[in-house]
Amino acid sequence: MDQRPDWRHSVGLAGGLGALLLAAAVATPAAMGQAPARNAIPPGPAGIFGQATYPGKQRPPGDPAVIARGQALFGINCKACHGADLRGGDLGGPNLLRSALVLGDQSGEAIIPVVQKGRPASQGGPPMPAFALPRADAQAIAEYIHSIVGRKVNQGGPPPLPEKPLDILVGDPGRGAQYFAAHCRSCHSASGDLRGIATRIANPATLQDSWVAGRRAGAPVPGAPATPPTQVLVTLNSGGTVQGTLKHLDDFTVSLTTAQGQYRSFIRQGPQGVRAVQVRDPLQQHRQLLTQYTDGDMHDVTAYLATLK
Amino acid sequence: MIRVARCAVLLVGASLGLFGCALAADPTQSASLPPLLPPAQLLQPLKDSWPTYAGDYSGRRYSSLRQIDKSAVAHLSLAWTTRLNGEVRDGRSRNPFAPPSSIITNVGGEGKGDYAIPPPAVKGAVLQVDGVLYVTSPDNAWAFDARSGTELWHFFWKTRGGTHIASRGPALWNSSLFFETPDDYLVSLNARTGHENWHVPIAEFADEYFSTMAPVVIGNHLLVGTGNDSDAPGFLQSFDPATGKLQWKRYMVPMTADDPVLKSWPSLDAARHGGGQVWMPGSYDPQTDLYITGTGNPTPGYTGVARLGDNLYTCSMVAVRVATGEIVWHYQTSPHDTHDWDSSQTPILFDGTIDGKPRKLVATAARNGYFFTLDRVTGEHLVSYKFGTTANWSKGTKANGQPDPNPEKSATVPGSLVSPFEGGVTNYQAAAFNPDTGLFYTHENTGFNILYLTDPDPRGSMGLGGKRFSVVGYSGNAFQAIDYRTGKPAWRHVWPGNGGTGTSVLTTATGLVFTGDTNGNFVAMDATNGDLLWHTGIGNISAPPETYALDGHQYVLASVGDALFAFVLN
Repeated sequence: MDQRPDWRHSVGLAGGLGALLLAAAVATPAAMGQAPARNAIPPGPAGIFGQATYPGKQRPPGDPAVIARGQALFGINCKACHGADLRGGDLGGPNLLRSALVLGDQSGEAIIPVVQKGRPASQGGPPMPAFALPRADAQAIAEYIHSIVGRKVNQGGPPPLPEKPLDILVGDPGRGAQYFAAHCRSCHSASGDLRGIATRIANPATLQDSWVAGRRAGAPVPGAPATPPTQVLVTLNSGGTVQGTLKHLDDFTVSLTTAQGQYRSFIRQGPQGVRAVQVRDPLQQHRQLLTQYTDGDMHDVTAYLATLK
Repeated sequence: MIRVARCAVLLVGASLGLFGCALAADPTQSASLPPLLPPAQLLQPLKDSWPTYAGDYSGRRYSSLRQIDKSAVAHLSLAWTTRLNGEVRDGRSRNPFAPPSSIITNVGGEGKGDYAIPPPAVKGAVLQVDGVLYVTSPDNAWAFDARSGTELWHFFWKTRGGTHIASRGPALWNSSLFFETPDDYLVSLNARTGHENWHVPIAEFADEYFSTMAPVVIGNHLLVGTGNDSDAPGFLQSFDPATGKLQWKRYMVPMTADDPVLKSWPSLDAARHGGGQVWMPGSYDPQTDLYITGTGNPTPGYTGVARLGDNLYTCSMVAVRVATGEIVWHYQTSPHDTHDWDSSQTPILFDGTIDGKPRKLVATAARNGYFFTLDRVTGEHLVSYKFGTTANWSKGTKANGQPDPNPEKSATVPGSLVSPFEGGVTNYQAAAFNPDTGLFYTHENTGFNILYLTDPDPRGSMGLGGKRFSVVGYSGNAFQAIDYRTGKPAWRHVWPGNGGTGTSVLTTATGLVFTGDTNGNFVAMDATNGDLLWHTGIGNISAPPETYALDGHQYVLASVGDALFAFVLN
């Protein structure tokens, strides 16, 4: 239920407000992620703006020796049912990282009795047997579980997984080459701008994200924008024209920087408004293709580009 | 602080009523003052005030005010602007050259006050009753003079933590103002003074619930929803607005083995962790006494492998009996969602004609890109249409009008190219309906993303984890006027540029639509054809625009982050 439709919203908001705030001469947090300056209350240990802070993550770190013992005991007694990662196992034990009983436990008062006495079948799950463990050992298991809960990531995601590279190159390079020839060759070439693209962008997923979006990636070229600039031709009321690199366009104004470096802006509506605005967006073809690719086309072209070492 | 503590003691010790507590807290208040908003007043047609999230119970965001019309709107200009101040003020100034603040912040909360919180931003309803505006932001509430923008009081809540994404606004019942906090409290304030009446917990904070919804007052029921991204069940609750006592709690996923919709889940354990949060205000039909709300996505959000089935009542329109919480009918607008596309959008109620027959209707434009019109008495499906022009995740619609998800457009290891992107074709932004034009107004996002499965575990992932997405472009974001009889656009205006977030909508009896474009302009359009009639570049509109009248002047109110702007015909 992420309620953020677009990260650009926050950035745009701050940018849009900029002029206004300047006029009011009041300090403002410039962008999302910056610590808010206006609240007098100092930041807490986990109180980073934008990040959830919940009891499972606010808990002070436990004794490493106790947690290590708890981990060993968990492996012996609990892992078979609840899984090595606590996310549930083959024998039907529930995921402990989202268990209300675990999350509500403060210091073992809810977990220890379940470990020591077991639990009847409930909530559609199998019964849990009792484990004849001394209280200190059951407590250590509870401490270990809490330490893993504390590693859950934002928005309820599991603790970070061990790095296991997933193979995203499932496409056919030959079909990709054909698709490229049919749709991309008017602007791009394997021996020209895309030469060595798979070396410059070694990660195939980054390569895919970049070419589909029309973003430049890999080693940055000093001074070059991440995407090629959009050109605009403005026809004035007088019939004259002004062209340059588009800076801003909405229904009411258009602005550009000319080849000589002069900034110009024009209104678009009313008797003083410009006659026409023609935008030449170098990414137009990329945008059009978004509605046409199949996932197979996309994977094929990625597989082809991945051969351009 | 002392006042609040004394109030609490009085409440417990002497069982004083709300008003008694308010008197104890602020001796300037008089018991002879009439209530600001008796609940029965919410049944009257919307006129000069703006007393609820959408103005009235219908959710239409339609005002009958007529001073600002298609020709006068060109002369709309600023009456005042003001900014939210979230500082905890004690009357002293840290700046020796500044005069002392006239506002002394009322402080409540169960936390230690040791967390930094985001700067204030209006992302929900601003209520206007009796010349006073009531505004909320996470952990904050304010009152302002609606004629001048002058701050009247400020309340600050010391949080325990939680996701500080938004507050969708307050609710008013008699002279009590209610709002929810990110750390899961329902807080009741004296609306005249900003002093706390009481607060009650509404969800288990340890289970990672966070609460943003604008509460809804219906008679002596205060309907309260909450949110969660972490595999916990969603629910709607009703509280006694006088005391904060729980009246009923209705889960939106099966919690017991005898639940009739458990067959839409593979197991009770999956259902009990299945989401379906209620985090936006619904609409209310006094004729049938039904509260109709949207519900959120199922969880885990992106990996449906461990929750095969339709996953009721997630991503649904649900009609609830206000007295009991009983579900009278439901219609699922996104069966087995795997994209975090909530169907939480406020449903809109109106009467219309379908196939020559007059019908009592409810319509919604869902985050998944589908528009629906139903019979609001029975829940019978009447119209479906894919209003999201680029939405590509469905194989079409089934016989009952539901979209039929294409499993290949879930997150995959090599990546699937999906539109809309995570935020959806629409999201929390409020749509509007104008009964004069018969058109339903909503913005439309056309973003694409490549959605990768990063956690291919056969048990599924958790929460919103297990995926990565990369936004790769837009096809031109737009604004649509939808014919409710077909779902097709009567007109569609594409905003220039690439990307940008569309905003909520207000419409009026003079044939106007107010909304934000994707470039930081607040605009007025002709509701019949989309012609642009007025604009002002105040920044991206963050809260639903609204309108009210005072002293013969019609105001239009817009919010941009922490700034409020009121426009009038000067």
